[in-house]
Amino acid sequence: MATTTITKTEKLVGKRIRRREDPRLITGTATYVDDIKMPGMYYAAILRSPYAAAKIRSIDISKAAALKGVHAVFIGKDTENAGAVPCGSSLPGLRVPYHNLLALDRVYLVGHPVAVVVATDRYIARDGCDLIEVDYEPTEAVADPEKAIAPGAPAVHPQWPDNTGFTFHQEGGDVAKAFAEADVIVKQRIVSQRLIPNSMETRGVVADWKAADRSMTLYTSTQAPHLVRSLVAQILGIEENRFRVVAPEVGGGFGAKIATYGEEILLAFISRKIGKPVKWIESRRENFLCTIHGRGHVDFYEIAAKRDGTITGIKLKIIQDLGAYYTLLTPAIPTLSVLMMPGLYRTPNISADIVGAFTNCTPTDAYRGAGRPEATHGIERMVDMVAAELKMDPAEIRLKNFIRNEEFPFPTATGLVYDTGDYAAPLKKAMDMAGYDQLRKEQVEARKQGKFMGIGICAYGEICAFGPSPATPAGGWESATVKIEPSGQVTVLTGISPHGQGEETTFAQITADELGVGIDDILVSHGDTSLVQYGIGTFGSRSTAVGGAALYFALQELKDKIKKFGAMLLESDDIAFANGQCTCNKSGKSIGVKSIAAAAYRAMKLPPGTGPGLVATHFWEPSNFTFPFGAHLVVTEVDGETGDVAIKRYIAVDDCGNILNPLIVDGQVHGGVAQGIGQALWEQAVYDDNGQLVTGEFMDYTMPRAHMMPWIESAHTTTPTPVNPLGVKGVGEAGTIGASPAVVNSVVDALSTLGVRHLDMPLTPEKLWRVISSGRTA
Amino acid sequence: MTESITVNINGTSYTHDVEPRLLLIHYLREVVGLTGPHIGCETSLCGACTVEFNGKAIKSCSIFAIQADGAKILTIEGLAVDGKMHKMQEAFWNEHGLQCGFCTPGMIMTSKQLLERNPNPSEQEIRHGLEGNLCRCTGYQHIVNAVKAAAKVAGA
Repeated sequence: MATTTITKTEKLVGKRIRRREDPRLITGTATYVDDIKMPGMYYAAILRSPYAAAKIRSIDISKAAALKGVHAVFIGKDTENAGAVPCGSSLPGLRVPYHNLLALDRVYLVGHPVAVVVATDRYIARDGCDLIEVDYEPTEAVADPEKAIAPGAPAVHPQWPDNTGFTFHQEGGDVAKAFAEADVIVKQRIVSQRLIPNSMETRGVVADWKAADRSMTLYTSTQAPHLVRSLVAQILGIEENRFRVVAPEVGGGFGAKIATYGEEILLAFISRKIGKPVKWIESRRENFLCTIHGRGHVDFYEIAAKRDGTITGIKLKIIQDLGAYYTLLTPAIPTLSVLMMPGLYRTPNISADIVGAFTNCTPTDAYRGAGRPEATHGIERMVDMVAAELKMDPAEIRLKNFIRNEEFPFPTATGLVYDTGDYAAPLKKAMDMAGYDQLRKEQVEARKQGKFMGIGICAYGEICAFGPSPATPAGGWESATVKIEPSGQVTVLTGISPHGQGEETTFAQITADELGVGIDDILVSHGDTSLVQYGIGTFGSRSTAVGGAALYFALQELKDKIKKFGAMLLESDDIAFANGQCTCNKSGKSIGVKSIAAAAYRAMKLPPGTGPGLVATHFWEPSNFTFPFGAHLVVTEVDGETGDVAIKRYIAVDDCGNILNPLIVDGQVHGGVAQGIGQALWEQAVYDDNGQLVTGEFMDYTMPRAHMMPWIESAHTTTPTPVNPLGVKGVGEAGTIGASPAVVNSVVDALSTLGVRHLDMPLTPEKLWRVISSGRTA
Repeated sequence: MTESITVNINGTSYTHDVEPRLLLIHYLREVVGLTGPHIGCETSLCGACTVEFNGKAIKSCSIFAIQADGAKILTIEGLAVDGKMHKMQEAFWNEHGLQCGFCTPGMIMTSKQLLERNPNPSEQEIRHGLEGNLCRCTGYQHIVNAVKAAAKVAGA
């Protein structure tokens, strides 16, 4: 038997390897949904409500239907029996509005879909929408969650005049005792404003029904293609095994593409009706109005502490702006805030209440961080306020209250078990990088010169790797198949659905190291339900921590089979497998994966009890979440004349467990920080009293641009998790979670000389200018 | 009503009858079949549709196809020569200057133009040069690194 040369000995995990998905992206040859064209394909455009609340008296589609090039027009009554937009969350007493695919007799948010025009091209489809006459009778709307739950507010849904979708209560320890025995109690109302996710690619769908096969193919810009398949197949009564969902290249998601949307159901419904492929691409204006928003909290915090800075209790009431109806996870998101409300601190006594408030606005749902940025912002602002009250340094109070290394696994007052942690390490590292003591001295000098210099710290924790199935709405496991083809090349099929996170590269690194094959011989595929076994998808910083673990276990099973073939081929039962070679420990003879693959498929002879081929599939159920953490430290200077914030230094020390590819991890941190700074300083979904979205375009909604971003100094500490064999915790959301409190704490610190104790986001120049102006004149 | 236009795109001449209202980006994507330039907003604010028009980077969602009659256009697909990537493409790859990739074709075209106008830009000059292109994934830092890296490579 011929032996092959060793294919690879260099380990790839941990190296800065440039991404394998990039060539198609940088040459303009990747295929996003809008790049798909099919023979005989029609285009759909959706007419949407210009009112936040109105009765529909009548709809006249006759002119649109008569327009040359218009193939069909659909309105609410056509889709009445097609099913509702799905909500996957359940809470006791949850009131779930039935959200029909197209409005029936009333609309309850601006952007509510009213009619669909299907035409031969997208321009004619839009012309058709312009020709539809809808007679609306506007009614009173409410766009503010606090006003919505106040007595006398207009009802978003007439059957629930209190506009309350649900209430939720959780407590742990003895919070009443903690407050009774406190030396100091600090209270504050804190707003985590509504944000608009704004992936650069909007949503889009191509649906293709083949009646003869009873088969549906749905191309959609989603983070969870299998979930779309299961839900839409069930809703429309299409056989799931004949329903293929493809997430082609997906241009960003940030949580906003987890949900199964009405348009995905609607386009499948239309394609089946007309028997033709049909495409809908969301305009940016629609994306602002009709894709979910994030955050939307009004939080009321109370913290009890001892004079030495020990935090003994936290009370929190969340008013969650739900919007007008639920998408997949809407009611679940604020419950994540409750889970993470103690942050990194030992606080044994907590009490939390949520009121979910319906408003005539876009639904809120998961946006990068999903509940944890709100919780982190709250606790990290409050801890600063307690420190100020007790005249303690913000770093000192954190170090005092951190869960100690020897206390892990740590059961929290909210019912979680934090896996591992060394919470002081990233904070101390960030302080070292910043030269913290020197900075405080510089601040004293700056203040003498009348400058508003601030130093802000955030020590964040997050909950990642969603998650154990019992704790998730639709299963929290993940799957992987590894195939060594007869040629020896390797195909990986993963149930996650990356859209920028780089797992085509990191999963190839893991595979290369485990199988000892060259990375160029590995292809990682995903996002096609006809190709991939089944999967949950990419969100909640779970892809590598759960999907990567599934891959790891599939690789171990495959290696077992490789060794069986190796033993047979080398005629030995004492075999080791390393670096792509099976080696007989006695004779020293070896055989490579490529030769083994050829033999496994040729199958002239098989090892006892072993079938032909080299394929392994593993479905992996995690035993816990993972809990990454870190510390961000931000130095700012506020311009006293303009209110403009200059970020002088941004230091991010993140502990996401083991790092598979530092280049990719840096990218995740940078992008996350940009979104967190965006929330802290500029971004906000603003509705007027009539429920009109005022910030409905890039002109009005301030997305961070290159010149607005500081240089980010990124570093890490490494505390692996025992939850998965890779020791990875997840890093997709860390930057966003760490950034907003660090920036706001820094600005509040800068303006503390004016007596400023708290400011709500976004800290726009106008807001700060007003604060400074009033402070100076006072 | 249509009008005939002739446009040189990536070195090839195309003649088509188009509606006067057809945007250049839709002409490139739907008529010519070049789907590299993307549509992120249709209002000239995001830059995903950036192409070179007679040597200048423009947002192709903001002009009509008929305005391109007689013009020479370069899209992301025309940037690599004989299978060899442009140094800006290589730099974006090496520096991890992209994640989801949707803004990338426009970002690369803008970055190429930036270096043509200013071969040795400072970090602040790079950031201001990229002001017109939105990216939601990267926080721009690796894009800045990519432009810096490309500036160090000789030649176009």
